[in-house]
Amino acid sequence: MAGGQERVLRRRIRSIQSTKKITRAMELIAATRVVKAQQRAMNARPYAEQITEVIQHLSQAGAGREHPLLRRAESLDKVAFVVITSDRGLAGAYNTSVIRAAERDLMGAQHDGAEYSLVLIGKKAASYFAFRNYRIDASFTDMSDTPHYDDARRVAEVIIEAFVDGDVDQVRLVYTRFLSAASQRVVVRRFLPLEVTEEGQGEHTADYEYEPSPGEIFDRLLPRYVEARLFAAMLDAAASEHAARQRAMKSATDNAEELETKLSRAMNRARQDSITTEIMEIVGGAEAMSQS
Amino acid sequence: MSLQVELVSPERILYSGEAEMVIARTTDGEIAFMTGHAPFIGSLGVGAVTIHTTEGDDLRAAVHQGFVEVTGDKVTVLSDIAELVADIDAGRAQRALERAEQERGRAGDDEEAESEAEAALRRARLRVELAEA
Repeated sequence: MAGGQERVLRRRIRSIQSTKKITRAMELIAATRVVKAQQRAMNARPYAEQITEVIQHLSQAGAGREHPLLRRAESLDKVAFVVITSDRGLAGAYNTSVIRAAERDLMGAQHDGAEYSLVLIGKKAASYFAFRNYRIDASFTDMSDTPHYDDARRVAEVIIEAFVDGDVDQVRLVYTRFLSAASQRVVVRRFLPLEVTEEGQGEHTADYEYEPSPGEIFDRLLPRYVEARLFAAMLDAAASEHAARQRAMKSATDNAEELETKLSRAMNRARQDSITTEIMEIVGGAEAMSQS
Repeated sequence: MSLQVELVSPERILYSGEAEMVIARTTDGEIAFMTGHAPFIGSLGVGAVTIHTTEGDDLRAAVHQGFVEVTGDKVTVLSDIAELVADIDAGRAQRALERAEQERGRAGDDEEAESEAEAALRRARLRVELAEA
């Protein structure tokens, strides 16, 4: 009778143990991938920095102030949101917080009388917004885990086209910034129109030679700049995803461990109880026999 | 004095070091940079970038569009698709070329597809050319 209790507990412990093995493995995998993702983000930085520098030099020389990617609309009639989430779950609050931030901002824009347009990266965002009957303009999957530059280019193409055609007046980017392995923050950033700052006026800027003209170079450069910025955001998001998963899996493993000790205590007690009862029964039986 | 050269792709820095001379192909034609070159910003076509390093080596890379900036003694080559010759797999490049040729044959009337195929073909040719050299 008491053996039933013991068997149930033993089965639960075994199942928790194997779950723990899985979560621990996932934690370790995520840990190595955080490092890799961080490395990739680091490696991508020089390109983004250099391209920013070239753009600054060009704009100081007065090139392309009229470029469509710099166009500032007088009124915001339609705002596009680019939401970067992951394809896989088991990453704690990573996806929910990005999605919630995006939805809040989207509602804010609607409140101000603007229409929305959604460009989603990652299966999680796609399924969330599809389930709630949002209109989705573009959805990309299989790229948020380890983003490649080609992926960024594909997404950027869609955004640039919508913006240049005047279909949307502003593009906002919602993603998780990777601050450190311990802290990541969801940010909503204005992505387009681009803002080109003109610092350090009048140094050695005027005497550049250009091939072809500054305007033409600028026209080619700006889309690359958009791609590079998007790529940087995607890499940041990927590093954040792995960090979030590592944390989630670590707490899952810790929980499993705690449950395991608690349950094995309960099981030991149950076993002890059943042995005690059994002895009592035998002793009782023997006593009864000897009395008769 | 030598040039400080950086060849940068979006995913990593391909080369960073000192060089005597850098040759690149802008959309207007070939151009070489040595120390003391005037500040320059150019847009690159599909072509090879050659870096004569101070050790006397020749480093070649296939660059499919991008930008070059020269300021003082610093040359920066930015390209979203760039490969060092050492990283090019000759066999793969050859197969890619064949594929690109077929692709262009199929593109037919569609103008956009044709120009895309044409660009892919140029890239493939350059890669094969460099891998064989």
